[in-house]
Amino acid sequence: MIITFDWLKDHLKTNLKENNLLEQLTNIGLEVESVESLSGDNELFKVAEIIKTEKHPNADRLKVCDVNIGENEIKKVVCGAENAKEGLLTIYAPPGAIIPKTKTKLVVAKIRGVTSYGMLCSESELNLSDESDGITELTKGFRKNIGKSYFSKSKSNLIDLSITPNRPDCLGVRGIARDLAASGFGKLVHLGKKKIHSKNRHTLKVKINKERDQGCNAFGSCLITNVKNSESPKWLKDKLISIGQKPISAIVDITNYVMLDINRPLHAYDADKIEKGIIVRNSKSGEEFTALDNKNYKLESGMCVISDNKGVLGLGGIIGGTRSGTEFNTKNILLESAYFEPKSIRNTAKKLNLDTDAKFRFERGIDPLSIEDGLNKAAKLIKEICGGEISKIDIQKIETYKTKKIKFNPNIFEKISGFKISLKEMIKILEDLGFEVKKDKKRLELTIPSWRPDISQEVDIVEELVRISGYEKIKYIEPIKQRKKSTLNKYQKLFHFLQRSVASKGYLEAITWSFTDKRYNDYFRDIKKEIKIINPISSELGVLRNSIFSNLILYINKNLDRGFKDLSIFEIGPIFYGSNPGEQNTVVCGLSAGKKSRLSWIEKDRNVDVFDVKRDVVQTLVEAGYNSEKFIIDNETPNYYHPGKSGRLFLNNKKNQIAAYFGEIHPNILKHIDIKTESLVGFEIFMENLELPKKTLKDLKVKFSFSDYQKSERDFAFIVNKEVKAQDLIDTISNVDESLIKDIRVFDVYEGDNIPENQKSIAISVTIQSSERTLNENDLEKINNLIIKTVEDKTGAKIRS
Amino acid sequence: MSDLKKIKDEFFSKLSGKLDISEINQIKSDLFGKNGLISTQFKKIGTIAESERKKFASDLNIIKDELQDLINSKTNELKSVEINEKLEKEKIDITLPERSFVRGKVHPVSQTIDEISSIFSEIGFSVEEGPDVENEYNNFTALNTPENHPARDMHDTFYLDEKMQKLLRTHTSPVQIRTMLKDKPPFKIIAPGRTYRSDSDQTHSPMFHQVEGLHIDKNINMGHLKGCLNYFIKEFFELDKIKMRFRPSHFPFTEPSAEVDIGYEIKDGKIIIGEGNQWLEILGCGMVHPNVLKNVKVDPSKFQGYAFGIGIDRLAMLKYGINDLRAFFDCDYRWLNHFGFDPLDVPTNYRGLSR
Repeated sequence: MIITFDWLKDHLKTNLKENNLLEQLTNIGLEVESVESLSGDNELFKVAEIIKTEKHPNADRLKVCDVNIGENEIKKVVCGAENAKEGLLTIYAPPGAIIPKTKTKLVVAKIRGVTSYGMLCSESELNLSDESDGITELTKGFRKNIGKSYFSKSKSNLIDLSITPNRPDCLGVRGIARDLAASGFGKLVHLGKKKIHSKNRHTLKVKINKERDQGCNAFGSCLITNVKNSESPKWLKDKLISIGQKPISAIVDITNYVMLDINRPLHAYDADKIEKGIIVRNSKSGEEFTALDNKNYKLESGMCVISDNKGVLGLGGIIGGTRSGTEFNTKNILLESAYFEPKSIRNTAKKLNLDTDAKFRFERGIDPLSIEDGLNKAAKLIKEICGGEISKIDIQKIETYKTKKIKFNPNIFEKISGFKISLKEMIKILEDLGFEVKKDKKRLELTIPSWRPDISQEVDIVEELVRISGYEKIKYIEPIKQRKKSTLNKYQKLFHFLQRSVASKGYLEAITWSFTDKRYNDYFRDIKKEIKIINPISSELGVLRNSIFSNLILYINKNLDRGFKDLSIFEIGPIFYGSNPGEQNTVVCGLSAGKKSRLSWIEKDRNVDVFDVKRDVVQTLVEAGYNSEKFIIDNETPNYYHPGKSGRLFLNNKKNQIAAYFGEIHPNILKHIDIKTESLVGFEIFMENLELPKKTLKDLKVKFSFSDYQKSERDFAFIVNKEVKAQDLIDTISNVDESLIKDIRVFDVYEGDNIPENQKSIAISVTIQSSERTLNENDLEKINNLIIKTVEDKTGAKIRS
Repeated sequence: MSDLKKIKDEFFSKLSGKLDISEINQIKSDLFGKNGLISTQFKKIGTIAESERKKFASDLNIIKDELQDLINSKTNELKSVEINEKLEKEKIDITLPERSFVRGKVHPVSQTIDEISSIFSEIGFSVEEGPDVENEYNNFTALNTPENHPARDMHDTFYLDEKMQKLLRTHTSPVQIRTMLKDKPPFKIIAPGRTYRSDSDQTHSPMFHQVEGLHIDKNINMGHLKGCLNYFIKEFFELDKIKMRFRPSHFPFTEPSAEVDIGYEIKDGKIIIGEGNQWLEILGCGMVHPNVLKNVKVDPSKFQGYAFGIGIDRLAMLKYGINDLRAFFDCDYRWLNHFGFDPLDVPTNYRGLSR
């Protein structure tokens, strides 16, 4: 909502200055978004006429225009607009002017070899509208203004207010003035009731059909006959220009003015184009009409339309149609002032994807009692400016507005706001805001003003009172430092632990979007369902991610392109397996590319490999409190991992939940994505699949015991078939005698010379120690032999001699 | 001269010369070997006349000790010479780089969430969470934003089905609904998390982070709200004093509603939070609307309280001087490295937010 202080003064008597105004507006909840100066530079923008156009010698789409900028001065301007033609009145900006939209300063410039002195402006460049096709077209009336500044010399700034959706009344200047007056910023100017006294009959029949979900419950109108539509007088043009609107014709300007002034949208029809009478009804499916935006709309059934015998004239409260639009030669006008249901307006506009000023206002709720005021105000102005005769006002209704009343307990105010104001003050504020107040014992009986659809219960009254008395009156109550419940639950603690644990292993934490590119998602979707977003920002962000890899791989590729070679990034966040709330899992996902010890003078470089990520996963889980001796690891992994170089980890032999995957990313994916790196390995830890620790750290510290008896280490080398897993040997050995075997380490794996084909040698070191005595050679020999025998029997291995 | 004296003199003079380790070992064996001179003398003890035996043995032992000490000191001397020679040779260029290490970092948004949690923990809030995909009821209707309410326009919503029943939550406020439906009052929670709006330009990202706050009890009023937020902002920006402004606004799920601005100024191109004449909007809040309480079966005549929603990314930007919101999610290695935090820098109550 754009206003100026000058316009506000039509409704508000005040001696205060604009600075005070800006502060006060914000203080009462009418937030000032921006203040734009109209002084100075804007005077440079002049009304001008194109007197000649020629094709640009070096560019097909450009024209070289001779522009009359007044006082017999002709400027050559290069212009690309299609509508630039001889005789067009438009707005010229000279070199030195600053274009309001782009804030760029114009200079004399050569455009494809032809010097251009200034520029012809489009409406959007001047912030007059969003119209950016072609240059501004001014009406004939501006001819006498050639050479003069287009913008009036108003000193009033353009104040842009952000009006919250609960306050339709403040979409009119008067509503803003009323709020300001209530807050002590001046006095609201009383407007006398200027009723039309007419004996002329209203000869056009209007009917509202009584239908289910009728979107219009009152339709007021009057006829104005024998008018001469013209350009608006200067005061009206200046008023509209002062808030950045473009004058069109007196009738259109007047309806706009009334709408902006008291938030009463009106619509003017050319009465001669209406066949017989007006019928307000629900649309039938398939009906069509051409709206004033020159677009053709095909309607669904049940939309509120204004129609005549021939068909649809317009969409009530949203947009009129071209068939009944007023023009400069319009003689007889039907002026409409109606009430449309916000719900109906919103439904229709949404279905047709239409957004208009009237729609914006009606969907927030127009004062249902402003129908007559609007007609009176506009009709009188039309008569003043365009002449003609006004008929009696006709109001068709299918529902009568009932005033809303509530009882307000003044004690509630302090209970909610925490501070006190006197009853007298409360009554004054409410009356200034337009409430009727009656004292009823300990309560106030309030009649809610018809322009306040947002007020329906006591707490709304509290809000009005706090708002107008000032939020600065609310006290600061210091919070109490007391905790009755632990801040984080176990799951949240684990989340934080895993996050920092992975980061401590050299990974940079990334946060990427929860949606991703379908193409990338498909690489890592595995067997999960694709979840589409119906209205994505772009097709590259069209699905919810089924895996974090899709985003990480994209970004790791971008970083490789930036010239980084060795990268480790991770993210902890949601992946989705369904479109219902809760069908998501939290995953810690890491990706590592390139080499370790690249270009090191001291260490030999090597590619990152599956055992790097295996360490990261295992170490992270161990740090988080899980016992690695119980881990079960096999090689069944989803199809985006290298089938031979990846693993699946269970926390224990119940194998009911997959705790993690890790491994090389499948080479096919690298090929498709065209990633250039020596090696790419990754892991995923599934948080929901990790059993939460049942014990506290205190319980986990069991009795401390150790053995001081001598340890012995014995090395074994077994020859086994290639399929035999190292873990099988380890498990077999540890089962030989758990009380004596303290540690088992694989220190060499060898295939090749001296080893039969399809076999390999695994060398294992076993630490043997008793907690009761020192073992002698005999004991050791016994356990040695037992280890060899058991391993040979159970795994088919042969000890290497 | 006795034999003993002779041996002593001879070997003392030998040991005074410059010797290497093998020569010393030779001397050792000449003296103390199986048939060494001293060993032989010991064997003689039995043959000495009784009257002289005692003295002989004593003299022999003294000489033995003297020779042994001399040999030991000579050996030690040699060893230390040897070590010194070795040290002389073993000088390296210590300015050569250490073995490589990599340093991981925590994302500034994660760090900020931990800071926020730590501050609110101190005044008794606990952390709740909700899903990213929400139903229309929790995200809007239960929050007093019925269908066809223009307030829904303020949220450009991503939908997952044509009927527009499932969506990506546009704010963290549905966690209020989930929490209150699940438990009984009083409630004192914060809920940080991801939020989504189909809005994308320089200052808007289709995904961002919010933290919701909710405190419902008997007699919680706007003064508590103001005090709580003032405390939070001071703690968060690690300042003793902060210029803060409450101004009226509108959210369907709170009444009265407020927006909170903090004062700032730009000094030498850097934003200084907490003073100055410029205002910066940082959060929205208000008293929970009675309709919302009714929707979650909390009696508004008995319980009341406040709720707030803060943009986490925005807070992080202000505190750490980050200019571009889009960079948070762009995953640029250089950016993550620059703005990320060491994982050991865990914000806690006892050590504070910063080092």
